[in-house]
Amino acid sequence: MSGPSDYQPSNPALQWIERRLPIFGLIHSSFVAYPTPRNLNYWWTFGAILSFMLGMQILTGVILAMHYTPNADLAFKSVELIVRDVNYGWLLRNMHAVGASMFFVAVYVHMFRGLYYGSYKEPREVLWILGVIIYLLMMATGFMGYVLPWGQMSFWGATVITNLFSAVPYIGESIVTLLWGGYAVGNPTLNRFFSLHYLLPFVIAGVVVLHVWALHVAGQNNPDGVEPKTEKDTVPFTPHATIKDMFGVTCFMLLYAWFIFYMPNYLGDADNYIPANPGVTPPHIVPEWYYLPFYAILRSIPNKLAGVIAMFGAIIILCFLPWLDAAKTKSSKYRPLAKQFFWIFVVVCILLGYLGAQPPEGIYVVAGRVLTVCYFAYFLIVLPLLSRIEKPRPVPNSISDAVLAKTGSRSTPMVSTAIVLALAGSLFAGSVDSAKASEGSDTPPGNKWSFSGPFGKFDRGALQRGLKVYKEVCASCHGLSYVAFRNLAEPGGPGYSVAQAAAFASEYKVKDGPNDAGDMFERPGRPADYFPSPFPNEQAARAANGGAAPPDLSLITKARSYKRGFPWFIFDAFTQYQEQGPDYVAAVLQGYEEKVPEGVTIPEGSYYNKYFPGHAIKMPKPLSDGQVTFDDGSPTTVAQYAKDVTTFLMWTAEPHMEARKRLGFQVFVFLIVFAGLMYFTKKRVWADSH
Amino acid sequence: MNPDASTIAAGAPIEVDLSPIAAGQDIKVFWRGKPIYISHRTKKQIDEARAVNVASLPDPQSDEARVKSGHEQWLVVIGICTHLGCIPIAHEGSYDGFFCPCHGSVYDTSGRIRQGPAPSNLAVPPYQFVSDTKIQIG
Repeated sequence: MSGPSDYQPSNPALQWIERRLPIFGLIHSSFVAYPTPRNLNYWWTFGAILSFMLGMQILTGVILAMHYTPNADLAFKSVELIVRDVNYGWLLRNMHAVGASMFFVAVYVHMFRGLYYGSYKEPREVLWILGVIIYLLMMATGFMGYVLPWGQMSFWGATVITNLFSAVPYIGESIVTLLWGGYAVGNPTLNRFFSLHYLLPFVIAGVVVLHVWALHVAGQNNPDGVEPKTEKDTVPFTPHATIKDMFGVTCFMLLYAWFIFYMPNYLGDADNYIPANPGVTPPHIVPEWYYLPFYAILRSIPNKLAGVIAMFGAIIILCFLPWLDAAKTKSSKYRPLAKQFFWIFVVVCILLGYLGAQPPEGIYVVAGRVLTVCYFAYFLIVLPLLSRIEKPRPVPNSISDAVLAKTGSRSTPMVSTAIVLALAGSLFAGSVDSAKASEGSDTPPGNKWSFSGPFGKFDRGALQRGLKVYKEVCASCHGLSYVAFRNLAEPGGPGYSVAQAAAFASEYKVKDGPNDAGDMFERPGRPADYFPSPFPNEQAARAANGGAAPPDLSLITKARSYKRGFPWFIFDAFTQYQEQGPDYVAAVLQGYEEKVPEGVTIPEGSYYNKYFPGHAIKMPKPLSDGQVTFDDGSPTTVAQYAKDVTTFLMWTAEPHMEARKRLGFQVFVFLIVFAGLMYFTKKRVWADSH
Repeated sequence: MNPDASTIAAGAPIEVDLSPIAAGQDIKVFWRGKPIYISHRTKKQIDEARAVNVASLPDPQSDEARVKSGHEQWLVVIGICTHLGCIPIAHEGSYDGFFCPCHGSVYDTSGRIRQGPAPSNLAVPPYQFVSDTKIQIG
């Protein structure tokens, strides 16, 4: 993109086009012949990774939009139907939802890389600011995308975030009405968010083009922060950077696939599997993890307007970074003090993220305030000051000098390591403290589930027994409205034949109609019908059950969870533990106790349950020994019932789990082999350049 | 992008019958998609609301200004926390009024902010008494 190209395609047809539209020359000069510094490390592959993620999000998003219904009454169900009925719909949805998180992982690495190596400095200021604009657009897009499934967290996240704008003096309320298209978050809000969520990625793509253009004019920065001087300092983009980027992208895909196939709900919130309810606020509203540091900043300031300004200021301040940090040396590699402070800043951001997910009380509020000050101090005090007082180490003369010298003296940043350890320690102490004080409910005991782990499968016998327990016990109050009878015969399910599923369906009476006379009538169920709900509507369910409507059980094992706390939530990402929901459901079923412990008062019409939050549950003890008979000789105990019905409900929540894990294994084998090939190809290509 | 005609039409005034609400109880009705709390306050709750030194409040407003005279026992407020729009829970918090679970704002028996990040009192929707036991909201 820098100046006219002298590239001439050899094919006459391409030459004909090239004379009229020099597009091949543009591509050639930008992505083939483009000189790239030869000392780039793997942190520089995140640009390619981000382009890949943007493409992935647009591709999966366009297909998802073909199946999604942006209507407040239908959105939640349409997302469930995508996951259950659309071919590979579960894969598309996981790729898109996890993809958003991975996009942010990559963008944060990319931004911290820019921060560390001073990529925002002269002559790359515009490049950097374009990046900040892309980041802001990403945040808006991600937020609006999270609203679309119309779960509880979608709805209340939308309420909280749109209300931020009401802090604007004088015109705040009108802005909020304009965002809502009504008097509260509702159907018009969902519709406009869907429209904008579809639009903004293309705006991002447009700004990315500007970003890449600016990059190719200014040239890439590099780990040593010295501009290329001679041809010896650079290598052509293709094949050197291309192959390295492909290796980087493949490694990143391994991480991406880990979440898509093995922990699709790890990065989400269990509450979002509960349909949006404008009448009930979830006890603890948390945004997606990638907004948490800014949410923590918002909450640590007791004044509403000031909090909102601080939150937006925390992002906008990045635009001024090129002028806040006036140091001549670009790379922190040669700035001993800046390097230390950089790592402290990284830790501050991570801790702010942790605090954003904690309830705003006690020690967390104080810590949030301290860290907010640290965040701003880094930009407003530390960086301007460092550029005046720091004595940087001498930078190499040229990139080739730096490559030859291979400064191997990797001094461990002692101070920052100590700080990291101290902060991690205090984090741990804080979480232990809060775990003790957590509002009355015991942590459910862990169980051994047949479906856990990367090769987990449902135990067919347990599914069949669980279905029996559901049918004979739970079904009198709880619906299973997302499960159709045909699902019982599908692979990865309880293993019934199509005929058995049809026979099972015919035992149910299903309301159909109107017939030619205009009347509704009842007929035997067919495989395509869904499990009929015991109550016609939520009000009837509420009225029949003393004011508490029994929740639909289709998604219950994904919609319930309990707090794992630090450090467990980190270990879980590696051990693939994601059975909080089943553990909780099984524990509640067995958690009834006659004797109410001292200090706990149970209101009239409620029952004591050890694991239910707050201990007072409206559901009477549902299971007792011998209540349901099993043909296969399994023990007829409450423990067995609880385990079987929970297994069954895990299947109803995710009928394609076995397909997901099976495909995951294949994808992993492929990606590992492909990454290996890429690595050796890359080594070969770069053999002469190091 | 402002609300369309049907949304505005659906936001027309509603009438609520107060006779089934016993003293100390409250109900939640929806108007314009917003939850409206109607509390039948007890003598004790009214006294608590009126005993406060108004000038000491974060958003000074007397209880008299927030209810209709002659109907002091009825408190009608929009149940949306003025901080970031969550729904506060009635009969919770240290002031016997409302407590917002999201960011910990506490409101008193008159719906006035007493603690926490919310900048102002719970809003009082436009309403009037049609009869002694019926109000029209809107």
